[in-house]
Amino acid sequence: MVNKTLHLNSNLFNPEQLEQVATRDGFGKGLVETGEKNPDVVALCADLAESTRAQWFKEKFPDRYVELGVAEQNLATVASGFANYGKIPFIMSYAAFSPGRNWEQIRSTIALNNVPVKIIGAHAGVSVGPDGATHQALEDIATMRVLPNMTVVVPADSEEARKATLAIAENGKPSYLRLARAKTPVFTTQDTPFEIGQPHVVYQAENPKIGIIACGSLVYQSVLAAEALSKQGIEVSVMNLSTIKPMNEKAVLDFVKNLDHVVTAEEHQVACGMGSAVAEVLVKHSPKNMSFIGMQDRYGESGSPDELLEYFGFTKDGIVKHIKDHL
Amino acid sequence: MTDERIKELELQANDIRISIIDMLEDAGSGHTAGPLGMADVFTAFYFEILKYDPKNPEWKERDRLILSNGHIVPVRYATMAHAGYFPLDELKTLRKFGSRLQGHPERERLPGLETTSGPLGSGLGQAAGMAFGLRMDAKKNRVYCFTSDGEHDAGNFWESAMFAAHHKLSNLTVVVDRNNIQINGFTENVMALGDLKGKWESFGWHVIEVDGHNIEAIIDAVHEAHAIQEKPTCIIAHTIPGKGIPEIENMYEWHGKPPSTEEEQRFLKELRTLRGKIEASHAE
Repeated sequence: MVNKTLHLNSNLFNPEQLEQVATRDGFGKGLVETGEKNPDVVALCADLAESTRAQWFKEKFPDRYVELGVAEQNLATVASGFANYGKIPFIMSYAAFSPGRNWEQIRSTIALNNVPVKIIGAHAGVSVGPDGATHQALEDIATMRVLPNMTVVVPADSEEARKATLAIAENGKPSYLRLARAKTPVFTTQDTPFEIGQPHVVYQAENPKIGIIACGSLVYQSVLAAEALSKQGIEVSVMNLSTIKPMNEKAVLDFVKNLDHVVTAEEHQVACGMGSAVAEVLVKHSPKNMSFIGMQDRYGESGSPDELLEYFGFTKDGIVKHIKDHL
Repeated sequence: MTDERIKELELQANDIRISIIDMLEDAGSGHTAGPLGMADVFTAFYFEILKYDPKNPEWKERDRLILSNGHIVPVRYATMAHAGYFPLDELKTLRKFGSRLQGHPERERLPGLETTSGPLGSGLGQAAGMAFGLRMDAKKNRVYCFTSDGEHDAGNFWESAMFAAHHKLSNLTVVVDRNNIQINGFTENVMALGDLKGKWESFGWHVIEVDGHNIEAIIDAVHEAHAIQEKPTCIIAHTIPGKGIPEIENMYEWHGKPPSTEEEQRFLKELRTLRGKIEASHAE
């Protein structure tokens, strides 16, 4: 059963009826909105304005847009200075480079320094597609969630990305927002609630023994998988864990309460990602049999987003197969 | 500037050196050469150049001093204590458990530090970000970034140098502690910097070279930097690591170790002698 309180799109189970928009677009819209609300918001970009959608902010607020060139380490340190002074800097690049290349600058000058820089990691996951493994960040959740003071958010669709952008602008903390390049179905609506640190059960089965905790594009695919499995008599619930840090332990523990098996699903290495974060909670309070959908200790490669998502099992069918294999 | 004022500042720098030796011996670890070498520059800034309020370190109208090479922070702690930020007694807590005076500076622990630093190469970018923010808001406060010569090995540093010049951040001034040493040896042997002035100029900066132990020259250089409107300024301060204690001057071996108790007594005696020499030189 779909959770009615979330006001999801009424065409939830008709993917062809849903609008297809990338989370980076939702972010780009959100950045302009937050820029309109708060004059302290500034945008810093490392030569990727068009593809990270920083361009939209630049066109609207040219005086609050700062170009860094291809220099991600400087991107982080300059942003630290802006935030320390009193601005709310958003820094835009691909996740493979920021927080990929500049991790130590983020650790020392943003997280330990504890200044509210908003790190926008675009082009995360294999759905980057033809650019290949160098540009497909699959380690960023791990490297960001390990940092004290850091908030980590992985929005499930473009509308949630828009809301998450507005939320991190105002949280006063170092924050990481993970975005994808590929268009994905927009299954939430303007009325769907979003709050940092508040996961939602998007699909609640009647008497489930299996639950999926997912983030990013895998949330919608998990909902489709749960619906398909339900028709085959297999009851599966789905939670959207868009805030990976701070982890809402209570919500996760409530979700898994009567489950026999917990599956986590993310477009990220299974090591140290969202699934590991969930495992850290469960092993402390409520050990469960678990399995992990994600990259199994390998890099991505070139291909179309759809080909890659299918190959690595990040689709409805991949999730259905995973669950049947683990029954 | 009167001769009397110069004498006061030189004596102040000497007192700061005494505090540095004292606190490093107490701490039992830390860096000696760099802090002694930069005592005159810190004195010039805290007692003549910077706008700040030690009782209100977050005062919005203050100038910002970013210490990029965080390992020389004992000189900053000592100078801040002498400038009235906190009691001199607290210097004895350096590097000890629970202290606000961490081995490398942490912004959130001690008000007035501006940034957390230590990992090299990242202070100039932060200073540039602050300078940019201030300019966006049409504020007149200035931003200064102190950096070491060894720190120029880091790529991030040059990214920031390029950035500040490109964006014409004339409210930003860098002071390079050109003391020719780093942990592994002399800078020109570890990773040659060559024509440092030429490098900065080619990056689009106004460059001034000064004797880093001539307080009046340091102050004059900063005034010159204020007059340059179209680009940021880099002041290369030629300093002597370990300055004030002849037996350790210019020795890279003293980059990262503190004096022993016995050395402390000897070094303090040297500095007390130096006090007499400063007074005598201005009495003539």
